[in-house]
Amino acid sequence: MLAEDSVLLREGLIGLLGRCGHEVVAAVGDAEALLVAVEEHGPDIVVTDVRMPPGFQDEGLHAAVRLREWRPGLPVLVLSQYVQRTYASELLDSGDGTGVGYLLKDRVGQVEQFVDALCEVADGGTVVDPEVVRQLLRRRRDPLERLTPREREVLALIAEGKSNGAIARELVVSEAAVGKHIGGILTKLDLPPAEETHRRVLAVLAYLRA
Amino acid sequence: MSRPGFLLSAWPWRSVGYLLTGAVAGAVVLVGVVTLAVAGGALAAVLVGLPLLVMLALSGVVVARTERWRLRLLDGDPLPDPHRAPAATGLWAWLTTRLKEQATWRELGYTLLFAGLLWPLDVLAVTVAVLVPASMAATPLLMATVGDGREAKVLKQWTVTTWPTAFGVAVLGLLLLASGLYAMGVVAGARAGLTRLLIASRDGELDARVVELSRSRVRLVDAFEAERRRIERDLHDGAQQRLVALTMTLGLARLDAPPGPLADQLAKAHDEAGRALAELRELIQGIHPKVLADYGLAAAVADAADRSVVPVDVELAVPGRLDQAVESAAYFVVCEALANVAKHSGAGRAEVRGGHSRGRLLLEVRDDGRGGADASAGSGLTGLADRVSVLDGTLTLSSPPGGPTLLRVEFPCELTESAGASGASGLAARADRCG
Repeated sequence: MLAEDSVLLREGLIGLLGRCGHEVVAAVGDAEALLVAVEEHGPDIVVTDVRMPPGFQDEGLHAAVRLREWRPGLPVLVLSQYVQRTYASELLDSGDGTGVGYLLKDRVGQVEQFVDALCEVADGGTVVDPEVVRQLLRRRRDPLERLTPREREVLALIAEGKSNGAIARELVVSEAAVGKHIGGILTKLDLPPAEETHRRVLAVLAYLRA
Repeated sequence: MSRPGFLLSAWPWRSVGYLLTGAVAGAVVLVGVVTLAVAGGALAAVLVGLPLLVMLALSGVVVARTERWRLRLLDGDPLPDPHRAPAATGLWAWLTTRLKEQATWRELGYTLLFAGLLWPLDVLAVTVAVLVPASMAATPLLMATVGDGREAKVLKQWTVTTWPTAFGVAVLGLLLLASGLYAMGVVAGARAGLTRLLIASRDGELDARVVELSRSRVRLVDAFEAERRRIERDLHDGAQQRLVALTMTLGLARLDAPPGPLADQLAKAHDEAGRALAELRELIQGIHPKVLADYGLAAAVADAADRSVVPVDVELAVPGRLDQAVESAAYFVVCEALANVAKHSGAGRAEVRGGHSRGRLLLEVRDDGRGGADASAGSGLTGLADRVSVLDGTLTLSSPPGGPTLLRVEFPCELTESAGASGASGLAARADRCG
C-alpha cells in the first residue's frame, strides 16, 4: 500500500518496490483515499508521505497515526521531506510502538537500504532515520546519561533498524560484544527481560522520548 | 509685527499682496463656481452636466492647492497636502480616493466660503486700510494736477480748496495709512490663519495616516510571510520531488550497472544528487519550517533546539496557536539567537524559556557565554528587531562583556486556538516537556 501525492515519485516507488519483489496493492494520492484503501485491501505494510492533499500539511502522518489506532499491529513506514523529531515522536507513540518507520524521503534513493528498512518495519521492527538519530545524539539527557558513549552508539544503530550482526560490523566488534552492550542498555533503561525484539523497540522509544 | 521696523519691512507689502491676490482669485473662483453650478445643474438632465458637477465637487482641491501656495506669501512653512495618494494609477482611482476623503469636502466648503464671503472682505480690507488713506495722502497732488491749484475732492466726497487743508488731509492720510498697514497685517494674518485652519491637514488626519501606515506595514509583513510559504511550497512540490525521483532512478541504475567505470560514475552522480537534496532540504527548512506551520511555536523551537550545536534547554508554555506573523517572527528570533550562541558566544549551554500569558508572548534566550553581543552593530539581530517592532513587539539584548547574554522578545498577541482544540497543540505541549 502506497500513499504519495507526487505522481513522479509514486510511479518511481511502484517500480522500485516491484523490482525488489514486493507487490503494491494500491497507490493513492491523498490521506482520505489511503484510509479507504487500507480498509479495502488490508496490506502488509503502508508507506505514506507526510505532506499530502488536501491541506498539504501533515495529513499523511495523521492518517498513519489513525490507522495505527484502528489496527495497532499494522506496520507503517512514513516518508518525510524533513527531519522532525516531533513527527517521529507522534508516530512512535501510536499503536504499540512496533512496526513503525520514519525515514527521510532522500533514503528511497539508497535503494537497498530503503528496501531493507521496509522489510524491517514489515517484520515489526522500528526504523528511525539516521538524521533524526543524529539530532537525538546531541541531546544527552536522562535516562540516556547513564549510558556509556559506546552504549549510546549501539542504541543509535538499533534505532536505525540494524541487526546485532550489522551493528557488530559497523563498530568493528564481535557480535557477542554487541549483545553485552545491549544487555547493559536494557538494564540501565529499566527494561526487564521479556521477548528480545520487543525490548529493543522499547529501548528505541525510550531513546526517542528522552 | 510688534517690531518697530514693521512698516519699513516687506511684510506690509506681503500682506497687501496676499489680500489683493486673494481678491482677484476669489472673484475668479466665484465666476468658476457659479458657471460650473449653473451649467452642471442645467445639463444634469442630459448627463453631460454630471461631469461638470463632479468637477464642481473637486474644485476645492484645485482652489486649496492655490491657496496653500498663496499662503507662502505670509508663511515660511509650506502646508502639507492633506490628500492621500491614490492606491492605483489612473483617473478612476484618483477620483474615488478624492471623493472619499474628508479633506476634499472641507476644501469645497472653503472654496464656497472664499467665493461668497472672503474675497469681498479682502477687497474691503485693502480698500479701507490702504486705498482710502493713500488717496487722502494724495490730495495735494490732486490739487496741483487735476484741480489746477484751486480745489480737490477728498475721497470724491469733500471738496478742499486751500493748500493748508490739503496738506492737513495728506498728513491725516499718511497717519491713517500707517495704522491701516498695521491693521491690514492683522487682517491678513487672521485671514491666513482661517485658511490654514480650513484646508491644512489636521492632527486627526495625521493619526489616521499613522494608522494607515502601520496597517500597510503589517500588510507588507503578511505578504512577505505568504511569499515565504509560497516559495517553500514551490520548492517542495517541484525541485525536491524531482531530485528525490532522480536519486531513486540513479539508485536503481546503480543496482543494474556492472562493476566498472560506469558504475563508479553512477555512484558519483548518485552521491552528488543526494548532497543536493540535503542542501535543498536545509534551504527549505530555513525559508519556512514545516513544523512551525503544522505544530506551532513550541514544537518548532524544540526542533530548532535539537539542531543547535550547543545543548539547549527549552521551557516554553504556549497553550495553543498564535498569529502566524508572530509565530514566524518569534521563531526566527530564537533561531538567530541560537545561531549567534553557536557562532560567537563560546557558551557551553543555552536556554530558551518563556510563554504566553495575559495577552503577551514572552521569549528569553539565555546563554552562559562570554557576552559582548551588540544588537545595533548591524548583526542579523537588527533586522529581527525591525521585524519584531512591526508587530508592536520589543526586542532587548543584555550582553555585558564576560556574559551572560540574555535576549528577550515580547509580543502583544492573543491565542488563536486554545489547547485541546487540535491534536497539534497537545503535541506541542509534549514537545515542551521533551525540550
